[in-house]
Amino acid sequence: MLLFSLIFVPFVGSLVAALLPADARNREAWLAGGVTVYGLVVAASLYPEIAAGEILRHDLPWLPAQGLDFVLRVDGLAWVFTMLVLAIGFLVVLYARYYMSPSDPVPRFFSFLLAFMGSMLGVVLSGNLVQLVVFWELTSLTSFLLIAYWHHRADARRGARMAFTVTATGGLCLMAGVLVLGHIVGSYDLDVVLAAGDRIRAHDLYLVALVLIALGALTKSAQFPFHFWLPHAMAAPTPVSSYLHSATMVKAGVFLLVRLWPALSGTPEWSWIIGGAGVCTLLIGAFAAIFQHDLKGLLAYSTISHLGLITVLIGIGTPLAMVAAIFHILNHATFKASLFMAAGIIDHETGTRDMRVLRGLRHKLPITATLAIVAGAAMAGVPLLNGFLSKEMFFSEALLVGSDRNWWMSAAAVAMGIFSVAYSLRFIAIFFGPPATDLPRVPHEPPRWMRFPVELLVLACLVVGVVPAISIGPILDVAVHATLGASTPQYDLAPWHGFNLPLLMSVIALVGGVLFYVVLRNRFDLHARTRTPLIYRFNGAQAYETVMLRLTSGAEWLLRWLGTSRLQPQLLIMIIAMLGVPLLLAGVPTQWTTIPRQGTDPLFALVWVIGCVCAVAGAWMAKYHRLAALSLIGGTGIITAITFLWLSAPDLALTQLMVETVTTVLILLGLRWLPPRIEAKELETPSGVWLHRSRDMAVAVAGGLAMAALTYAVLIHPASDTISDFFLLRALSEGGGSNVVNVLLVDFRSFDTLGEVTVLSIVALTVYALLRRFRPAPESTGVPAQQGHSLDPASHQTPAEQANSGYLMVAGIYLRLLLPFLGVIAVYFFMRGHNLPGGGFVAGLIFAVAILVQYMLAGAVWVENHLRVRPHRWLAFGLVLACTTGLGAWLFEYPFLTTHTAHVTLPLLGDLHLPSAFVFDLGVFAAVVGTTMLILVALAHQSVRAHRLPSEEAPQDSRRPS
Amino acid sequence: MEFIVASSIAMMMAAGVYLVLRAQTFPVVLGLSLMTYAVNVFLFATGKLAINLPPVINADAAGYTDPLPQALVLTAIVISFGMTAVIVVMALRAYLESGNDHVDLSAPDQPISKRRSS
Repeated sequence: MLLFSLIFVPFVGSLVAALLPADARNREAWLAGGVTVYGLVVAASLYPEIAAGEILRHDLPWLPAQGLDFVLRVDGLAWVFTMLVLAIGFLVVLYARYYMSPSDPVPRFFSFLLAFMGSMLGVVLSGNLVQLVVFWELTSLTSFLLIAYWHHRADARRGARMAFTVTATGGLCLMAGVLVLGHIVGSYDLDVVLAAGDRIRAHDLYLVALVLIALGALTKSAQFPFHFWLPHAMAAPTPVSSYLHSATMVKAGVFLLVRLWPALSGTPEWSWIIGGAGVCTLLIGAFAAIFQHDLKGLLAYSTISHLGLITVLIGIGTPLAMVAAIFHILNHATFKASLFMAAGIIDHETGTRDMRVLRGLRHKLPITATLAIVAGAAMAGVPLLNGFLSKEMFFSEALLVGSDRNWWMSAAAVAMGIFSVAYSLRFIAIFFGPPATDLPRVPHEPPRWMRFPVELLVLACLVVGVVPAISIGPILDVAVHATLGASTPQYDLAPWHGFNLPLLMSVIALVGGVLFYVVLRNRFDLHARTRTPLIYRFNGAQAYETVMLRLTSGAEWLLRWLGTSRLQPQLLIMIIAMLGVPLLLAGVPTQWTTIPRQGTDPLFALVWVIGCVCAVAGAWMAKYHRLAALSLIGGTGIITAITFLWLSAPDLALTQLMVETVTTVLILLGLRWLPPRIEAKELETPSGVWLHRSRDMAVAVAGGLAMAALTYAVLIHPASDTISDFFLLRALSEGGGSNVVNVLLVDFRSFDTLGEVTVLSIVALTVYALLRRFRPAPESTGVPAQQGHSLDPASHQTPAEQANSGYLMVAGIYLRLLLPFLGVIAVYFFMRGHNLPGGGFVAGLIFAVAILVQYMLAGAVWVENHLRVRPHRWLAFGLVLACTTGLGAWLFEYPFLTTHTAHVTLPLLGDLHLPSAFVFDLGVFAAVVGTTMLILVALAHQSVRAHRLPSEEAPQDSRRPS
Repeated sequence: MEFIVASSIAMMMAAGVYLVLRAQTFPVVLGLSLMTYAVNVFLFATGKLAINLPPVINADAAGYTDPLPQALVLTAIVISFGMTAVIVVMALRAYLESGNDHVDLSAPDQPISKRRSS
């Protein structure tokens, strides 16, 4: 639990930090400081166990089905990194308290910073590789947020995007690599993977895993050729740079390589990939750093170079090289964090980071200057400072690699030493010379506590540099033992090893570096150079932008050629696919047995001739005469109902008939508001349209033929075993009804029906919502010519007057008489539904039609004055009833929607059996009534609104686009 | 009988597909209705054709047809009503928002019917 809190507390802190008010700079800093101090105390308390060589583990089940646990694992290496992350984190929090201006939204800053800290701790403490990748990507995400903290600046957004794209892509490669590794080993557990080094190296997929994991680590640690993102990430606030690019983010990559060193290293591939990338990075970074004019830019390239140095050491991969690598990780974190902070102070105090402007700062900033000079010397590798020690170890390893014959590695090492002395001098030079007079601000020493982190770090550089064995020795030893285990070499941490070759190389580097800087400065006019000589052509950032641009334009191209937002082509492609795909998938049927056919009935044939003529004629008329087309299609619907009746499906016939009625009324109501049809001028039809029509006709004919073939094949082949017998046998005994279709709907498949009723209600509410603010288009609001003739007395009457005393009087009396009869019929169909054709659906539709007829007769205004129709309530009542019936089964500890049949004997009516499905069906009935009424009444009300339109809503009308 | 049912489905489907591919909303609505009929009859036909064998339990019945496709088609018929309602209202709404009754807001290869001034 203590271990778990190490990761958990920063994330909780992040959440709390986000909720504090924007001006709470002090509270934020206290909170973040408290979180880091808590982490430091917890981590420090683990030291005795870690120093004894123990590995602490804490397992939590994560995805047990996948064999994945959330494992926290602390060994020496993880512990040292935890301390590094937390200690530098604490100093950065303290520094940031003074660096951030009151106008910056600090909650965001500290919230992101704590989340990043938590992710980073997650990476170092993960005992499971998949979990490590998750935290790895979290660091990419949180660092993106931190780099883009000043998101009003274009360079911050660009830098953040670039860093995120590169590192997150690397993270995906790492994910793939980890999966390959897990496949080789059979486990993602770090302990298992580390112990399986020989098996991994001998496996065929070793190279794949290595390349993928290396891609992850090299992108994260800004190694060549992915180094370009780091300088652009300098757009972040300086505390962020100082944290991300000294101790954490970029160190995650080298941490991973050290972590997996036992599992992956020791092969030529490892040395060439990791070492090769490291050497390139080391030289390019160090060389480019000399030619930067921005303080942070110089530090960024120097960071790249130092990470390259660490990577080379890991690539060399001998135990001593690993010691040097871990040592340099710690040393670099110390001096680079202090240098970034010093750069931030200078920026803060003078208002600029341009080294062409800055000079003579030691007069105004004596203490900061001293600190920065010492840290810079450590960066250059001056003796008696920590940078010198690890750099000497690097030199001696470089000598060993090439042995006596091959000197290129040693040459590269010395060149890098010369460059690093040169850029360190360039950095230090801003403190010397005459004081600058053209600075944006007059500098003075920063607040006491802003400088404190720098002082502490510089002190650490000095102490480690002078007495390494006492100060850093034990801590380094813990990490080295955890990494190397039994192969831990004898090493000696001391500033003085006598006169030897590495010392000579250091001297050459120091002297050569000073000379190189002087020559560059005096002969090549360093300040005037705007680009790095020789290597400016290898512009990674430019290549990145080009790739991004290509990707974007490629996606646009694909979208243009393969995508469409138009309905017509989509429908065409869909129908063609529906035709073509089954043809491709269909195989040869195994057997062609057929069943006896039904004898052909000429009357049935005649009925369908009518049906087909209606369908085709309807399709023909749809363009010219909508009313005729609608009536013809309705005819096809009625023929369909007759077919159902003919072929032993009375329930379907009833439902189809009622739905047909309601649908026709619905489309008629909608038709009213569609734009007037333009008269067809066949002679002017262009040939392109004919082409379209022939193509559609061909698709339609093909579709029809396919359906015919499919239907015929289904009909003449024997059915496979179905579950129909189950329903036929149990309907009466268990469902309590003899109409099997109805019992199926309200009992066996009642959940389905409940869903259907819900869908209908949603449809009704959707229609209602779509029509609520609807106003018919002005051109369709006028009275049609047929109704507007002045001689027709009906043209001056309201619909109600027409029905009460006008020409519709006969129909009016008749249809009003019909209302109670239709009501009774609805009840009748509902009551008998369980045993004979009928049921809630049909009854509901009949009832709705009974009321609709009144609307059609006398208009919405009259009906609603005389009859209270509340479709919403019907709808709600129906749904509630159906659901509560289903839930009622729970009271008797049965599953949802279980039916119970009660037998009741009532006087007069006799023996009644009342299944609970009956109540459910009542709910269906009510919901269907509500749905139908809501949809149709909403449409019918348009006419009421349309008549109001010209007078009342004319001003609104003029604003409508035309 | 089987041939009649199959060919009827073919005719309804062909007419429906042709209408669905039209550019105006009204034919598309009708086309969907026709396709619904065709599909419903097809689904119903998967239970085989039977005459005078309704699935209503009766002591005198000679046999029963398959009730399952009937229950499924009954659901489908009611749902198709809901679908038609939504499409009709969407067509109305689209006409109001865009000023024409074309299914696509801008179709370069189709002449857009100009809105008549009232």
